[in-house]
Amino acid sequence: MNLQFVVDGLLAGSMIGLGAIGVTLTYSILRFSNFAHGDFMAWGAYATLAVVGAIGAIFGKIAPIAPLSFGWPLIVALIIGMAATGLLALALDMVLFARLRAKGQAIIVVMASFGASMALRSLLEFIFTSRPTYFSRAIQIAMPIGFGIRITPDQIALLLLTAVLVLGVHLLMTRTQTGRSMQALSQNAALARIVGIDVARVVRVTWIIGGALACVAGVMIGILIQIRPFMGFEMLLPMFAAAILGGIGSVPGAVLGGLIIGMAEAAAVQLIGAEWRAAVSFIILMAVLFVRPIGLFGVRER
Amino acid sequence: MSQKVLDVRDLEAGYEPGVPIVRGASITVDQGEIVVVLGPNGAGKSSLIKAIAGLVPITGGTVLLDGKNITASPAHIMVRLGLAFVPQTENIFPLMSVEDNLRVACGILRPREVPARIEEMYAAFPDLARQRRTAAGNLSGGQRQMLAVARALIVHPKVLVLDEPSAGLSPKFVAMVLEMLAGIRKSGVTILLVEQNAKAALAIGDRAYVLVEGKERHQGVASELWNDPVVAELYLGQRRLDLGQGSAA
Repeated sequence: MNLQFVVDGLLAGSMIGLGAIGVTLTYSILRFSNFAHGDFMAWGAYATLAVVGAIGAIFGKIAPIAPLSFGWPLIVALIIGMAATGLLALALDMVLFARLRAKGQAIIVVMASFGASMALRSLLEFIFTSRPTYFSRAIQIAMPIGFGIRITPDQIALLLLTAVLVLGVHLLMTRTQTGRSMQALSQNAALARIVGIDVARVVRVTWIIGGALACVAGVMIGILIQIRPFMGFEMLLPMFAAAILGGIGSVPGAVLGGLIIGMAEAAAVQLIGAEWRAAVSFIILMAVLFVRPIGLFGVRER
Repeated sequence: MSQKVLDVRDLEAGYEPGVPIVRGASITVDQGEIVVVLGPNGAGKSSLIKAIAGLVPITGGTVLLDGKNITASPAHIMVRLGLAFVPQTENIFPLMSVEDNLRVACGILRPREVPARIEEMYAAFPDLARQRRTAAGNLSGGQRQMLAVARALIVHPKVLVLDEPSAGLSPKFVAMVLEMLAGIRKSGVTILLVEQNAKAALAIGDRAYVLVEGKERHQGVASELWNDPVVAELYLGQRRLDLGQGSAA
């Protein structure tokens, strides 16, 4: 058996996992499934692409950094794109979700997010057309690293970036006052207010983190595959599967869930054929939920 | 007369407009006092102190804290203003450790003073110190109340407001929790509490109000109130009436 699926699975899992962090935080803190989360990925990728284009227009052609396919403009653009996507999520909450949340019906917010998802996607098609586009058309040579596995420098860089971001978010959640406030809010919103937590502020932080990580996932897809308006929407089901598999509200759970789903999909492509790709992740999800309905890292509600 | 820390005047409050549960209640709490609010079921005791804490919409009247108008301030601002509230149930974050439960409430303290303040709470509540890494949801009922009270005290409130701190506890813990409040008062904290457990609460209180149908109908020195015939009529009388109906049936 060829072990290449391990690298493919890790990469797919990283993209799914970064997205699933946002899904799981929104679900546990705001108590609704945000179907527009996938489109934050696409918007992040296009925003980053636009900034790369702007930098190119100002500074001319800039050589990529040694073995990578991209140079500093993409790194700068990613940081700007993360901020922009965070602000997009925040703006969407202010004009749409917050108003509906105030009326108190969760299902209406979920439906609104579905509508927002379609609107965001159509807007991308309108601005950028639905033709796929790329950060770079350069072809990278994959290096053999033993056991029949090959990996490109871009892939190594993106796996490292994912690891750093996941560790960062985990430390934020467990070691900072903001993270503890987010935990508190997800466990008991009324009590969170009583102990002096500014709920509106914590909600803003949640959107910004979720949006920024979605942007990174979108840019990863853009670097490794391609950029299309539908790229995020197609990630929606694997992201939800990962968030539920890991246990709603758990950041490490979302990442582990993403890696499991990514690995399973990659293995399925190799072992039983690409057409089973989506089915396999859901079979795993169902199997886990039968045995452990709260997910891997989930905690039973009292 | 000592200084009024909390001064509630003609408070009117309720969850729905036009349906007040609190109907013109006026109570005061002086510096260093324990004041108990008693009353029959449905008298609006909980609603009264929740309204004071910013958790029930206020339609009339004022709440003054140290002379400052804090009427209907948002709940998360109350801690900053010096009013710490301990809800009756679900008053801890069950999945967070004891220590994180304390730490999450320290948002208004300077970060540098937080570790020392947490240690002070552990010194005051040794049971919590022994379980600082335990998930709060695994504590016993009495320890949960202890944690909820410690978390409220950690920010140096001017007044500690508690909604039935003994509710749902076994008799042993009822005594323990109320003794704990008496100890906290000795350290200079002003306390306002609602209690169903009238006799035990009057034993630790300085003064008490009897609330009936959303308004205070009687007040007095706590130690004298238990044998006060007016209280028996307003509050305990109702209970005897209930018993009478029960035995007649």
